[in-house]
Amino acid sequence: MNYCNLITIFAFINLLVSIPHGYSNYVEVCTSRFWFNYRHVANTLSVYRSVKRLGIPDSHIVLMLADDMACNYRNPKPATVFSHKNMELNVYGDDVEVDYRGYEVTVENFLRVLTGRLPPSTPRSKRLLSDDRSNILIYLTGHGGNGFLKFQDSEEISNMELADAFEQMWQKRRYNELLFIIDTCQGASMYERFYSPNLMALASSQVGEDSLSHQPDLGIGVHLMDKYTFYLLEFLEEVHPASQANMNDLFKVCPQSQCVSTPGHRTDLFQRDPGSVLITDFFGSVRKVEITKDTINLTSPVEPPIKRSGSSDIQIESLTYVDQLPVAEIIHQKPKQKDWHPPDGFILGLWTLILLVFFQTYGIKHLKHIF
Amino acid sequence: FRFPSPIGHISTCPSLIGQCCKTHPGSFQEELVIRPLHSGDIYASFQFRTLWDTDFLQEGQKVSHYRLFPKSLGQVLSKFSVRELHISFTQGFWRTMQWGQPFIPSPPGAELWVWFHDTVSDVDGNWKELTNVLSGIFCASLNFIDLTNTVQPSASFKPLGLGNATDHRFLRYATLPREIVCTENLTPWKKLLPCGSKAGLAVLMKSEKLFHSSFHSQAVHIRPICQQCSSKAWELRQTLNVVFDLHTSGQGKKEWSLFKMFSRTLTEACPLASSSKVYVDITDNPEGELFELSPATPLLGQAVVLGDRRTYSVYDLSRAETFGQLRSFNLLLRWKGDSGDMLRPLLHAERYVAGFGLQTGEIHTVIYNNHPYRAFPVLLMDSVPWYLQLYIHTLTVTSKSRDNKPSYIHYQPAKDRHRPHLLEMLIQLPPHSMTEVTVQFERALLKWTEYTPDPNHGFYVGSSVVSALVPSMVAMRTNFTQDQPLFSSFVPVKEESSYFVRVYTEPLLVNLPTPDFSMPYNVICLTCTVVAVGYGSFYNLLTRTFQVDEPSPPLSKRLANLIRRMRGVPLLT
Repeated sequence: MNYCNLITIFAFINLLVSIPHGYSNYVEVCTSRFWFNYRHVANTLSVYRSVKRLGIPDSHIVLMLADDMACNYRNPKPATVFSHKNMELNVYGDDVEVDYRGYEVTVENFLRVLTGRLPPSTPRSKRLLSDDRSNILIYLTGHGGNGFLKFQDSEEISNMELADAFEQMWQKRRYNELLFIIDTCQGASMYERFYSPNLMALASSQVGEDSLSHQPDLGIGVHLMDKYTFYLLEFLEEVHPASQANMNDLFKVCPQSQCVSTPGHRTDLFQRDPGSVLITDFFGSVRKVEITKDTINLTSPVEPPIKRSGSSDIQIESLTYVDQLPVAEIIHQKPKQKDWHPPDGFILGLWTLILLVFFQTYGIKHLKHIF
Repeated sequence: FRFPSPIGHISTCPSLIGQCCKTHPGSFQEELVIRPLHSGDIYASFQFRTLWDTDFLQEGQKVSHYRLFPKSLGQVLSKFSVRELHISFTQGFWRTMQWGQPFIPSPPGAELWVWFHDTVSDVDGNWKELTNVLSGIFCASLNFIDLTNTVQPSASFKPLGLGNATDHRFLRYATLPREIVCTENLTPWKKLLPCGSKAGLAVLMKSEKLFHSSFHSQAVHIRPICQQCSSKAWELRQTLNVVFDLHTSGQGKKEWSLFKMFSRTLTEACPLASSSKVYVDITDNPEGELFELSPATPLLGQAVVLGDRRTYSVYDLSRAETFGQLRSFNLLLRWKGDSGDMLRPLLHAERYVAGFGLQTGEIHTVIYNNHPYRAFPVLLMDSVPWYLQLYIHTLTVTSKSRDNKPSYIHYQPAKDRHRPHLLEMLIQLPPHSMTEVTVQFERALLKWTEYTPDPNHGFYVGSSVVSALVPSMVAMRTNFTQDQPLFSSFVPVKEESSYFVRVYTEPLLVNLPTPDFSMPYNVICLTCTVVAVGYGSFYNLLTRTFQVDEPSPPLSKRLANLIRRMRGVPLLT
């Protein structure tokens, strides 16, 4: 089937990276397990959805969900996670890729993803492939307290550990600028200890305050979302790739009148002025492109290696299928000959004891009578 | 990306040069089989087959051009020298007694079994890396597969593809019964198809409908096959089986249509497919008295599948007239009469845990042979995790209340935290009988860190696998032809009188004795209190000295003393 012999391209898009930063990378973590923490999964998926809507591919997003709500047997509408009452917005969607799910969401895995210290066999989709020109957004949600965040009801991450992880990332040049958003109770305590440069942090409540959930849904039976992320999502729905909204607008999201708790932010470690930082620097990777009308001819491609016909003579493998249940063969199967290992442990000790008693009783010089 | 306005388009062709199209031929076939079940439910089975005439494992020829075969899987096969790969993700349990036998069975959760090539020197290392890579491809937690839940069956799971070497050292089998299947597993699965989910039968796969069903199973099977047995080819089969429930999806009305099942209709066949067909099983409806099928089709097909000759109405989607005037194909199936009882399946198995308390228990596996006069052998494979310590001396196999000695037993005991139990037995089932296999076990106490975050849910034990050659009612075809429908050509048939079937039992959910996880905190508090109170008071007694300290007099007394001093009068005490 020959569709074409020569490829003619009459528009070629020239990529010019004019902004110093490269791609953005995202790590979104929901740390809560069990059905009544549905809202934390909905929070994380809302941010995931906003980020994908702004054009980021899944290869740049590490999504960690500690429990499955969409296909949970308690969910009256399977394969959906709603963020709004009356089931208006399905944030789960049809094209979602969760990288860490269930029991894999642990403090260790989270810190390994951040610092890049993963076992060599970890697939690329589970790694945070960032370099020193990447902007990273980290979003955490779950149950937290003063100075810690609870992972899956069994372990915690402290604010000091998080600060140290970010310092490791800075030393290893794994980020250019980092935005940290946390939606938990007493969330501001989590960014108190940061000390690495180029970090900006947002939290949904101050120390001593609780972050509240937004509204329950009588059909599903649980609260669907947290107040802070709900208003954050509303704000992000209006952001598009060419938007000029800056960080100061993001700081104004969810004032106390709407959120009941006081959202906080920290910008002292950030080198640029927050008013000059665009939202799309973090939430949507924007690259300038230039289009030309010149025609470019591609060089002829490399010839594929010709299949060697000689090899088929060498392989005279019979093209037959194996019997699925060879009863006669199974019954007469000989037990596998195990490799011989010298005796160890208990058997060795037992034999040593026997020999010791033997030589004790009979002595060496009497051996000739025995043998 | 910010694109001001794209001018023109880039035209590409699937192969860069014509010659490579000839040296890398392949074909893609898709089909959908719809089988109405007696209870009013409906069973839909999608099968997508990509064939590729190339040899990954041939020396010196690096495969770099992928057309229909997905590149991610091709690279996995060549890197880990995989001969066969079977992976399935299932939500729900297949109810054999109500639904009959599935075309391709699968256990609840995730199941992965792989045959490696015999040139591999470190099978365990390859297995570990393969599971990690697959967990990234399918967005599943397959990285939890390690040596504690992997077994090497000695007689079950023979290769389904070509080859004659069956040294079971190159076979690895593992299940994750707890694995959840959701849209994040379906999304990468759909991306492996040549047309994706944009054209052909895959447009029907909408997750909101597929997961709102009684049973959902998606699988990928890769194996080498022979085309007319003159040349080898790699076959990638992607299957998706789903059973829609009458009451949850059907709203109680015995009327099914493609739109009702999938919330979509078909508009075109996949352009890359050489054949795209929809089959509807009408064997129980020869005169049309049971249900009514529309649009009517003159094409009828017959196939021998699962030991029975079934008749199908065939809709060929590569023909434009199938779609009619509206350019949309929506199958409608309306039940008219009441269907009688279903024919009992010949082989059926169940499993449950008996006993009480958190120390001991008993696993019962019950296998039913419903054939009236034929006996046949079955191979039962059990893989039990190490924390259920089996007492093999209590193993009993009884049929018709008499002892039934298996003709082959292979037992590999578990090693704590290293290896699970593996028990394989070849049992001859007498005709029309129930065979019960029982074994007692004791529950182990795990270390504190080995418990999951929700240990009170319980621990899962994977399904048992019952493989059998069941006597067939009609003669099976032993060689596959090109025009045979996909669902009848999956398992190779060696003899005409029987067909191979695999039945999975239920997985078990066992509670292990769970410690009180707040105990370390309680112990620390108690110990520190005891130490503080006991040792602290003792230490105080030994080292504390008492000094008399005059309290300072109140202000009035001080003033009075000051005046008295001035007057020269003795002071107040």
